Amino acid sequence: MSDRAVSLPLAVVGREASGPSGPKPRHTFSRRNIFLYGTLIVVALYYLLPLYVMIVTSLKGMPEIRLGNIFSPPLEITFEPWVKAWSQACTGLNCDGLSRGFWNSVRITVPSVILSIAIASVNGYALANWRFKGADTFFVILIVGAFIPYQVMIYPIVIILREIGLYGSLSGLVIVHSIFGMPILTLLFRNYFSSMPEELFRAARVDGAGFWGIYLRIMLPMSLPIFVVAVILQVTGIWNDFLFGVVYTRPDTYPMTVQLNNIVNSVQGVKEYNVNMAATILTGLVPLIVYFLSGKLFVRGIAAGAVKG
Amino acid sequence: MTAIANPSVSIQDLSLNFGAISVLETLNLDVAEGEFIVLLGPSGCGKSTLLNCIAGLLDISDGRIFIKGKNVTWEEPKDRGIGMVFQSYALYPQMTVERNLSFGLRVAGLPKEEIAKRIARASEILQIEPLLQRKPAALSGGQRQRVAIGRALVRDVDVFLFDEPLSNLDAKLRSELRVEIKLLHRKLENTMIYVTHDQIEAMTLADRIAVMKGGVIQQLDAPQTIYNRPVNRFVAGFLGSPAMNFLEGRLEKDGSNWHFAVEDVRIPLSTYTFEREPTPVPAVFGIRPEHVAFNSGAGWPFTATTSVEVVEPMGSDTLVWLKLGGQNFTVRVTSERTPNNADTVNIGFDPMRASLFDAQTGNRL
Repeated sequence: MSDRAVSLPLAVVGREASGPSGPKPRHTFSRRNIFLYGTLIVVALYYLLPLYVMIVTSLKGMPEIRLGNIFSPPLEITFEPWVKAWSQACTGLNCDGLSRGFWNSVRITVPSVILSIAIASVNGYALANWRFKGADTFFVILIVGAFIPYQVMIYPIVIILREIGLYGSLSGLVIVHSIFGMPILTLLFRNYFSSMPEELFRAARVDGAGFWGIYLRIMLPMSLPIFVVAVILQVTGIWNDFLFGVVYTRPDTYPMTVQLNNIVNSVQGVKEYNVNMAATILTGLVPLIVYFLSGKLFVRGIAAGAVKG
Repeated sequence: MTAIANPSVSIQDLSLNFGAISVLETLNLDVAEGEFIVLLGPSGCGKSTLLNCIAGLLDISDGRIFIKGKNVTWEEPKDRGIGMVFQSYALYPQMTVERNLSFGLRVAGLPKEEIAKRIARASEILQIEPLLQRKPAALSGGQRQRVAIGRALVRDVDVFLFDEPLSNLDAKLRSELRVEIKLLHRKLENTMIYVTHDQIEAMTLADRIAVMKGGVIQQLDAPQTIYNRPVNRFVAGFLGSPAMNFLEGRLEKDGSNWHFAVEDVRIPLSTYTFEREPTPVPAVFGIRPEHVAFNSGAGWPFTATTSVEVVEPMGSDTLVWLKLGGQNFTVRVTSERTPNNADTVNIGFDPMRASLFDAQTGNRL
């Protein structure tokens, strides 16, 4: 009874006289919030607007496009441009649309991604855990390789590919992509593997596992995030590549990006903006899907790979 | 050091350099069959490095390593007949406890029944049967370390290597597992080499302690010998908590009797056993705080009256800071007899329990 009599006035005094207590109040429309979310919204709009224009335009017919209202939604939705872009648009002599380029790109990307990641992950693992003699020198050379401009190497590689008879073929391009992905991927994997506790590696050695045993049974199952990062980097990088595609392939093996360029830049007749827009979205769809599906893992992997140098 | 007839582990003239830096230098160590050896020393003294060399995880620069009479200097870790327990447990995170335990056996290609038998035995000894199907992430620190010990256990090896296995655990668990490791050693009677920087672990577990500093074994002896008769000032200061008192002064001869002089204090050394014939040199007199009697009257070869500077209660007993010969001096007192600050007190001790070191070399006199 006496307890209550004492504590009640105290609480009242506490509120009024002795200043703030409890959680600090936060206002939804504080200046900070308005500034923060305002900026975010503006930036988001800035990036989304072109995509909006593209989608809207690709769903319009040519007469409607000629009206010139690029921001207005389509009056009459048509999927004709999409169909045309995929299967009828003409590039040079072929008139079978982007589908040919799409399958070429798939046939380039899939083996390149698998090959480059397979090799780079073993490289990174060896550099991080089996500190062989000259490992540091090897690593430095590899990293320096990442800074050499591609232009310098284009012509020598053309000659090399010609000499080994792979010039113009898809496998030639696959090799080129795998080699050019090596420095950055190796760095990524090396950093990830060196961030793993070294005692784990030692324990596995005491347990009798060898180079491949430790790689396959201990390291691989623990490195999903970094593999996801590598896959995303490679898929988007190789899919979006234009330079190597146009240099090292022939018209019938052109990847999707080169074909897209040819469709958009062909100058005979009317410029079909709707078809161009549809073709562009189709080409960009693959990296877009990859990002959406793996966003969280991507961020986690990037962070994990960046911790230790 | 007496030679051991059939050493379980024998390290001969082991050297290890990283480039120009010498980490271990012509180190020799014989470990008897079934012996529990603790490598003790501060960080960077080379104790973990030595353990990794024995395990074969580091390539040595010179020397030889024998395990069970077999020269394993160039052998892979798995072929050395060792099991190892790490500070961070180093359990494979994606495997269950059972798979963790069996990993090495599966790599070695042992038959399934044999693997199951060994896991059953190890998990019974370590009482981890209920945990077998869990992943390491679902275990507490103590359980993880038990599994890590189990992983060494199933390998059915002659020599166990522990690399600071308890350092990641909290104080309570540490003392519990310490006892378990001791019991385990008694049960298995394996040779165990245990690295730690914790002197309590060293004192409680070891048959013999090797105190290391700068890649050199300073003293290799039974815990009590190391505690009572340290060979140099480093060993004396490293072992014991609270640390040994050191008074800097000099040895002087007074007729036929030697004494230790610091300012106006004269400590007679008639009861002290010298290692070698003393000479009048600058010296350091060391005595442990628990070997000093406090307010307990006369009868000691050395007594002094001084005043209390600081009192540090530590629960079971109290550390009293005084000045002796103008230098800091601590005495360990039971809690009931705790004096007040500035009290005048009597202290007394028998130099028989003290250690004298050469001020220059630090070696025991």
